[in-house]
Amino acid sequence: MTPVHRADGVGTAAPEKVTRGPEPTPRPQLPKRTFADNEGVLAKLFLLPTVLGIIGLVAFPFILAIVFSFSDVTTGNPSLDFVGFRQWSTILGSRVFWTAFRNTITFTVISMALIIVIAHILANVLVRDFKGKWLVRFCVLLPWTTPVALAAVSWLWLLNSIFSPIDWVLRWFGLIEANMYYLGRPVLAMGSIIAVHVWRIVPVATVIIMAGHMAIPGEINDAAEIDGAGFWRKLREITIPLTIPISAVAVLFGAILTFADMTVVFILTRGGPTQATQVLSSWAFFKGIEGGDLAQGAAVALFLFPLLLAAAIAILRAVRRSEVM
Amino acid sequence: MVAQNGAERFTGGRIDVTDKEEVDRIRRQRRRRATWGRIALYTIAIIAALMAAGPFIWSAITSFKVDPDLYTKANNPFIYNLPPTLEHWRFLLNDTQFLTFAWNTLWVGFFVVSITLFVGLPAAYALARLDMKWSGPLGIAIFFVYLIPPTLLFIPMTRVVGNFSLLNNTWSLVLIYPTITIPVSVWLLTGFLKGIPKDVEEQALVDGYSRLSAFVRVVIPLAFPGIVAVIVFAFTLTAHEFIYALAFISSTPEKTISIGVPTELIRGDVFFWQSLQAAVVFVALPIALVFNLLLGRFIAGFTMGAVKG
Amino acid sequence: MAHVVEVRGLKKHFEKGDVQAVDGVDIATREGEYLVLLGPSGCGKTTLLRMIAGLEEPTEGEILIGGNVVNGLPPRARGIAMVFQSYALYPHKTVLDNITFPLKATMSDRDARREKATWAADLLGIGELLGRKPRHLSGGERQRVALARALVRDPSVFLLDEPLSNLDAKLRTSARDELKGFQERLGTTTIYVTHDQVEAMGLGDRIVVILNGKVRQIGPPQEVYSNPADTFVATFIGSPPMNLIDRGDHLLGFRPENFLPLEAMSSHGDNLLEVDVQVHRIEYLSGDRHVYATTSGLGPDDAHIIARIPATVNVAVNENGSQRFAVHEKDLRFFDGETGVVTEPRQVRT
Repeated sequence: MTPVHRADGVGTAAPEKVTRGPEPTPRPQLPKRTFADNEGVLAKLFLLPTVLGIIGLVAFPFILAIVFSFSDVTTGNPSLDFVGFRQWSTILGSRVFWTAFRNTITFTVISMALIIVIAHILANVLVRDFKGKWLVRFCVLLPWTTPVALAAVSWLWLLNSIFSPIDWVLRWFGLIEANMYYLGRPVLAMGSIIAVHVWRIVPVATVIIMAGHMAIPGEINDAAEIDGAGFWRKLREITIPLTIPISAVAVLFGAILTFADMTVVFILTRGGPTQATQVLSSWAFFKGIEGGDLAQGAAVALFLFPLLLAAAIAILRAVRRSEVM
Repeated sequence: MVAQNGAERFTGGRIDVTDKEEVDRIRRQRRRRATWGRIALYTIAIIAALMAAGPFIWSAITSFKVDPDLYTKANNPFIYNLPPTLEHWRFLLNDTQFLTFAWNTLWVGFFVVSITLFVGLPAAYALARLDMKWSGPLGIAIFFVYLIPPTLLFIPMTRVVGNFSLLNNTWSLVLIYPTITIPVSVWLLTGFLKGIPKDVEEQALVDGYSRLSAFVRVVIPLAFPGIVAVIVFAFTLTAHEFIYALAFISSTPEKTISIGVPTELIRGDVFFWQSLQAAVVFVALPIALVFNLLLGRFIAGFTMGAVKG
Repeated sequence: MAHVVEVRGLKKHFEKGDVQAVDGVDIATREGEYLVLLGPSGCGKTTLLRMIAGLEEPTEGEILIGGNVVNGLPPRARGIAMVFQSYALYPHKTVLDNITFPLKATMSDRDARREKATWAADLLGIGELLGRKPRHLSGGERQRVALARALVRDPSVFLLDEPLSNLDAKLRTSARDELKGFQERLGTTTIYVTHDQVEAMGLGDRIVVILNGKVRQIGPPQEVYSNPADTFVATFIGSPPMNLIDRGDHLLGFRPENFLPLEAMSSHGDNLLEVDVQVHRIEYLSGDRHVYATTSGLGPDDAHIIARIPATVNVAVNENGSQRFAVHEKDLRFFDGETGVVTEPRQVRT
């Protein structure tokens, strides 16, 4: 090998003959084929706790819920006597139930629509470099850091019919005269619930969509620049289509969080005014735990499952279809 | 070649680069648009930060307010019209069980996250690497469990917890919360592990390690960002959980923050508002700091997990 | 139309990592020229290309296209087209949509766009693939889509960033050939970045050799090969690299193919530098023989030398034997011992 005089001064020399080295490497003992290598056994072992846990602590209670719904069990009378479809017909005939059913769906759909739009805008902002980015990120994440219940308690005051700081600010700007009664009027109360959901879930959705943004190779954005796409066209034709799969994941997560949540309703309005903001999960709680009618509570809660399942399947199918990478 | 539409605004068409005036005009236009873009960016960022953090800023201020200041409709809620006080913080930390609640939440979180990782990582590995015929359907089934929310199961679950004699005991949460955290964690980790190239593992196998050994020594360190994502997510789910805790636990010392604060600091019609806000600030700040530190890793873990899941 | 690209005093400093990626570069292309930027990884060639494209703004210096300074102009206004190493095809769009994408900025008529895209696709032989998505294409096909997408913009400058490095070795040679023919037909000024000196030598009308953000030499392939400006160029270009012998205050250099057994040298007896070498190893590569040897007759220390004997020369060479080799004086090059820069020839014969 020639000595190569590079401008950076690195030279190489011809290799000398290399012997086996100071001590020859010991040959490994042929290991017995233990369970640690048997993939079939390992797979089953690794999955066993999860499967057992799910069967014992999810499948079993789920079936129990179904059993409850066909019985007359209450907190006073814990015995499970079969009563056929009596609970179901009571529920389906109840006006409150249908309000709760409708509300659960509307709250979720409206919240998710708002969340996705806002999260996309924020994700767009937060992936760029600007002064004070750390602070903005910190602030945007805050709603997600507090337990729902605590945040809801804060909002209880923020929306208070007398002392609401929001009203104070609006009055200060001269936009309103009297207070808004956010939690006292049905439409405003529903809006408040949706607002709190949006406020607390936007951080998580933003982070998820930011992840999606970062997954787009930089060269594709460069190519789009060169190809003459300005900000809006890039957004419409490149960024958004390529983040659809992950946006769908964000929608799914957010929808589950909103749909199945009873905390916000429980703390803000307890379902009021006059049951206007009741949702399925809160109604199930009031009926089942506070009202003692476990059978009805279980039955109401069961309605959550088919709706969630349908939504999940629809979303996941949309994701599969839009997979491009 | 002049821009096709000939209008004032340059929309991305060709320009004649040799036309100096045209070039200068485009350059000016670009600078102007960049500036407007910057203004829009900062505006949105500031509005978003205010709306997200506003309630917390208000909480922090309020936690030091004296009653007459707070309970006056005309007073500015964001300044101290009367001198602030530490009374409410003292009350929270000394005269209520708040610190007990916080401690409960912490150790429950610790155990639940540990169980989640201990059970979930191997499960995810099995689904991602050890390809069995039933891996695919099982993975989907595990994910679908996530669709059975606590608000559905809480009634029969109360009975199950009763059967374990854990009613009114914080340990009931350690037992049950993993059912919430494990399905989603397995889904995230499976996706993440699928994204790790196989060759490092295979190198370990060739070097004489068993599958199990390779998993522990090689895969787990490589999966670190995914693990961080799971820790963050699982702890969040645990700390936020409300309905199970509300249904299972009724005596004060066993409560977690999530149910303890709303139930104990609201006695009948009396709301200890300032102490409630102090509790909010107390809980939010440290968690927010930790989140921010881990955000980078969380995004890395989540991207891999969600995109490949 | 082909424009001339010029950069003057171009510098780029990255704050992240405090890196001076481009450190004072002056280049001017000729109209319709195929200019290759050649250098090892991290030498700044890609950064330079990106600045010309408008994807990065220089810290100092000017970029001119068609005689006008274009600093501050967005990429889309510069009349350039670029092909990336990864081809950067839009994965969610079909081949046709990929090619028509740049046209949406200028042509509002859908049919006209389609017509133009089809023309470009046919030119590149991918007319049948218009309905497919990128993930269903081979590497070579993807490259052609990227070229078609660049072509439809009627650019006055083509910028290519290592577009062949993602192809298999076999495909690379034929792709190189096609690329060059393609450019010759179009006559567009092309700037091509690569770290592969074989590619550079094969494609470039002129080669710009870059190291650490500075230009080491610009010239046609023959020139850069035969008369390297410094030791870096001398050893970076040519495989095997030029033999460099350390002689104290200067280095003596000659190419392996110029170093042959004495019997094989055509008889210009007076202008030969003869030396005895100890042969260690002979490799047989594509008909040539690569002879690895050492000699003590050229410099103060023993020097390792490689000779490349073409298949047409039948002189016997023995492994582990001593033999007399020679090189023409006119093929000798001299480099300064400290800076590595080429110097005036000197007397060598002892």
